[in-house]
Amino acid sequence: MLHIENLTKTYPNGQTALRECSLSMERSQIVTVIGPSGAGKSTVLRCINRLVEPTRGRILLNDTEITALGTKKMCRMRRRMGMIFQEYNLVERLTVMENVLSGRLGFVSLFQALFRRFPQGDIESAFELLERVGLSGYENSRADALSGGQRQRVGIARALMQQPRILLVDEPTSSLDPKTARTIMSLIAELSREHGIPALINIHDVGLATKFAQRVVGLSHGGIVFDGPPQTVDTSSLTRIFGEADWGTTGAVTSNTSDIAQKDTLIEATEGNAVLEATKA
Amino acid sequence: MSHRAAETEPLRISWRPPPKIRNPLLRWSLLVGCGLYIIYAIGDVHLNPERFIAGIPRVAEMLGVMLPPDFSRWDLLFSGLSESIQMAVISTAIGIVLGIPVAVGAAKNLVPAPIYYLFRGYIGLVRTLPEVLIAIFFVKAIGFGAFAGMLTLTVASTAFVGKLLAEEIEAIDPGQVEAIRATGAGWSKVLIYGIQPQVLPRSIGLSIYRWDINFRESVILGIVGAGGIGATLYNAFGRYEYDFGLAILLAMIAIVLIAEWGSGKIRRSIK
Repeated sequence: MLHIENLTKTYPNGQTALRECSLSMERSQIVTVIGPSGAGKSTVLRCINRLVEPTRGRILLNDTEITALGTKKMCRMRRRMGMIFQEYNLVERLTVMENVLSGRLGFVSLFQALFRRFPQGDIESAFELLERVGLSGYENSRADALSGGQRQRVGIARALMQQPRILLVDEPTSSLDPKTARTIMSLIAELSREHGIPALINIHDVGLATKFAQRVVGLSHGGIVFDGPPQTVDTSSLTRIFGEADWGTTGAVTSNTSDIAQKDTLIEATEGNAVLEATKA
Repeated sequence: MSHRAAETEPLRISWRPPPKIRNPLLRWSLLVGCGLYIIYAIGDVHLNPERFIAGIPRVAEMLGVMLPPDFSRWDLLFSGLSESIQMAVISTAIGIVLGIPVAVGAAKNLVPAPIYYLFRGYIGLVRTLPEVLIAIFFVKAIGFGAFAGMLTLTVASTAFVGKLLAEEIEAIDPGQVEAIRATGAGWSKVLIYGIQPQVLPRSIGLSIYRWDINFRESVILGIVGAGGIGATLYNAFGRYEYDFGLAILLAMIAIVLIAEWGSGKIRRSIK
C-alpha cells in the first residue's frame, strides 16, 4: 500500500540525506526503521507526508502518487497520515482535549477551528481515545502540565483522531525513560493492530525495534542496508547498519528479545498459578 | 591525546580569554577612535559646568512657584486626562487589530520573502519617524484635536505591535507548528492553532505595554496640537500657571504608576 521508489533527498546545504531509497509496505504491518543519527530516518518519514520535499523519486500511498500532489491536495492527503513525534510536539499552552481534537483540523472549517466548535462525533471519539490511551479525566489539563509519557499518549491520541491510513512515527521513545518507552511502544503497536493501521516507526533502540515489529529496515548513510524480520537482526547486520562496535557485550539483540519473551511467559505462568490457587481456595 | 601533548611540550599555565575582536589593529583603532570621538563631541557641544551650576537656583525657583500644586480646576484636569486615556485605549485597540496582520506579514517563517520585505519596510518607515512628526502631519491634514493624536498613535502602534510580535512569531517552537501541519491543516489553521497559542501571552503583554506608551505619548502629542492632557499642560505652562501644571504632572504620574502596577499584575498571571 505504501511504495517508495528511488527516493533521494538533498538538503539546500548540499547534505544528501537519502540516496535512491526504495521501500514497500503492506497493509497492517509494523515496520521499524533503525539506523544511526543522521542516517536519514526522519527524512524518509517527512518525505512521505511532504513536510520535507523530496528531491527525486516517487511515493505512492494506496495508488495515489503523493509526490505529484499540489499544495491543496497534499493538505487533504495529510489528513489521513497520522504522525507521532520524538518531542511529542503538542501545542503546549492548549489543553489535552484541544490537542487531541487538532487531529481533526483538516476536516473542520476555519470557524470551527477558531472557536473550538468541533462536531459532537469528534468530541466523542476524542474521549474514547483518551480513555484508550489511559488519560481519561485529563481533558482539561494543559499539555505542558503533563509528564513525558503522558504527553506522548496525547500525541498518539491526536494521530489516531485523524483515522489515518498510515502512522508515521518518529523516534517515539527517545525522550522517555526505558520503562515508559516500553509501554509507549506497546501502546502504539496495539493500537496499530486494533485499528488495522500500518505503522512506519523510526527508532534507534534496537531492542524495542525488534520486539514490536514484523519487519526491520536498516538505514545507513541514506541507503537501505538491511531489510528483514526481527529474528534476522544479528551482530553482522548491526555492524552493517551502525558500524563496528562490540555488539556482544551490549547483549546480542536477538537474545535480548527472547529474554523479554521468557519473562512474559514467566509472568503468565505465575498468573496461571495464582488463578489455580484461587480456584483451589 | 592531551596527556601525550603534556609530556612532550612544556606545561602551559597562563590562560587569558581570547579577545572578542581578533585582529589587534582593528581592535585598537576602534577603541582609540571611539575615545577620540567622545573627546571631540564633548568639546563641540559646549559642555559648560558653570552654566549648569548657574541653572540650579533657577530650577529651585521654578519648583517654588509650582508648590503647592493647584487642584482647584479639577474639571479641566479630568477632561484632559480622560481624553488622553480615550486616545490611548482606542488607538491601542485599533493598533493591535491592524498590528497582528502586520506581524504575520513581517514574520520570516510564515510568508514569502517579497511580503516579508514589504511589511518590514512599513515597520521600518513608521519606526524611523518620531511620533511628534507623524502628529504634525495629521494635525495639518485633518485639523487640531484628539482625532489627529489618535490616528498618530494608531499608526505607531501597528508598527510597534507588528515588529515585536513578528519577532515573537519567529522565535516559536517549530515542532508544534510541524505537528499541526502534519494533521493536514492549511496555513490559516496552522496560524490559529499552532502559532496563536504560542504567542498569546506575549501579545497580551505587548498590548498593555503599548497602552502605557500611548498614554504617555498622548501628553507629548498635545503639545503639537493633537489633543489630550498634553494640550492642557502646554496651556498651563504657557500662562505661567506652574502650580496647575504640577497638579497635571502629579495626576499623570499617578495614572502611569497605576497602569504599570496593573499591567505587571496581569502579565504575571498569564503564562
